[in-house]
Amino acid sequence: MNLFRLSSPQTFYPFAGRLVPVFAMLAALCCAAGLALGLAMAPTDAIQGEVYRIIFIHVPAAWMSMFIYLVMAFWAAVGLGLGTRLSFYMMRALAPTGALFCFIALWTGALWGKPTWGTYWAWDARMTSQLLLQFLYFGFMALTAAIEDPRRGDKAGAILALVGAVNVPVIYFSVQWWNTLHQGASVKPGQSSMATLMLAGMLVMAFAAWFYSLAVSWARARRIILERERHTDWAHAEIARSGSGEGGRR
Amino acid sequence: MNLFFAVLRRDLLLAWRTRAELGVALAFFVIVASLFPFAIGAETARLQAVGAGVVWVAALLAGLLALPRLFAADHDSGVLEQLLLSPEPPVLWVTAKILAHWLATGLPLVLLSPLLAMMYQLSAESGGVLMLALLLGTPVFSLLGAVCAALTLGLHGAGALLALLLLPLCVPVLVFGAGAVSAWSAGVGLAAHLSLLGGGLLAAIALAPWACAAALRLGVD
Repeated sequence: MNLFRLSSPQTFYPFAGRLVPVFAMLAALCCAAGLALGLAMAPTDAIQGEVYRIIFIHVPAAWMSMFIYLVMAFWAAVGLGLGTRLSFYMMRALAPTGALFCFIALWTGALWGKPTWGTYWAWDARMTSQLLLQFLYFGFMALTAAIEDPRRGDKAGAILALVGAVNVPVIYFSVQWWNTLHQGASVKPGQSSMATLMLAGMLVMAFAAWFYSLAVSWARARRIILERERHTDWAHAEIARSGSGEGGRR
Repeated sequence: MNLFFAVLRRDLLLAWRTRAELGVALAFFVIVASLFPFAIGAETARLQAVGAGVVWVAALLAGLLALPRLFAADHDSGVLEQLLLSPEPPVLWVTAKILAHWLATGLPLVLLSPLLAMMYQLSAESGGVLMLALLLGTPVFSLLGAVCAALTLGLHGAGALLALLLLPLCVPVLVFGAGAVSAWSAGVGLAAHLSLLGGGLLAAIALAPWACAAALRLGVD
């Protein structure tokens, strides 16, 4: 099957519909396996004790939040460059998931920081850039929600996502610079070589985060497709078929 | 190039004729900065420690106050549409508008900053460094702000949205701008901070007008 055919919303919609349950299932399996590995089987950390186990949530969430922003910027560039509608739908569908992971990373980081560093929040370079990333997600979501014309919203969101993506490395660099100037080196977690089981647990949890993001963002993209393509015959038929009569305006 | 100077001249003239509005932004700048000693106490050492940062944050907030006027009036009167229809490349007149906006709203903040530096008991040299950093940093703010102002053009609640979009993007400017003064007082030297600010300014000059022109096209049609 030609992959480019999937760039048509009409082709993508049923394709995603078949794969979303598969991704959701894989996410649940990986999550169960990862939590079993991380919480039950991995050894207790010599330096931090049991509290380190929060990394099985924290690290995958932080990775995912940064990665999703890049993917959003990628779809923004594709959408602006090629004018493909589905790229914009994907960009919009990813933002809430990215913001959620960003929030989880901040929250679990605070919970981990209290017993380890003795404070919920430190102006550490990584935490601060994560906070700014959260603001960038909020800005993107607020802008796309504020613009009523959906096509203008697509493109305005895409421009903002690209400006943000150019800025993210600059922000990270500047915050690190600022941090070393103001604070001196902050406490770093005990980076001893990780036990194999710990690493395995974290990687399996990272896969869980990946599959979850795919499942949720594709499901959200399907909703956006139906909403935005409702003037077409196939989407109209699809809405009528699924029995939710509302929104089927022609 | 004629269009560039025509737009620059027109916008400066308009700014001069509505100078009371610009005065409000300047007064806001001074008032925000003078509120801090009431809140945190007025010991000399404390004021010196926070002075540069407070002046920078106040400058960003005052700039934020002035930003919506960059495109709003021209959008309402239809001038923006005519400019977009003209055969000249939009980047040209967008750059002129941003330059005029900075000259009308950014430069006065820079010129006023030594006064605030004095109120915060900063030494004359530190005040000069602050002014230099603002001179390099406020244009970056205007350039990034123009992109965000164009993106939010004509939206409900554009002002608050503008703050949400713009302020996180300006963190690097704040870090290097306010950092220049602390580095100078700590005897580390200025070159690194000012070079980074200058580099940021050049990058913003090269990229922001394009993004701004693209965003304006969306806002108008």
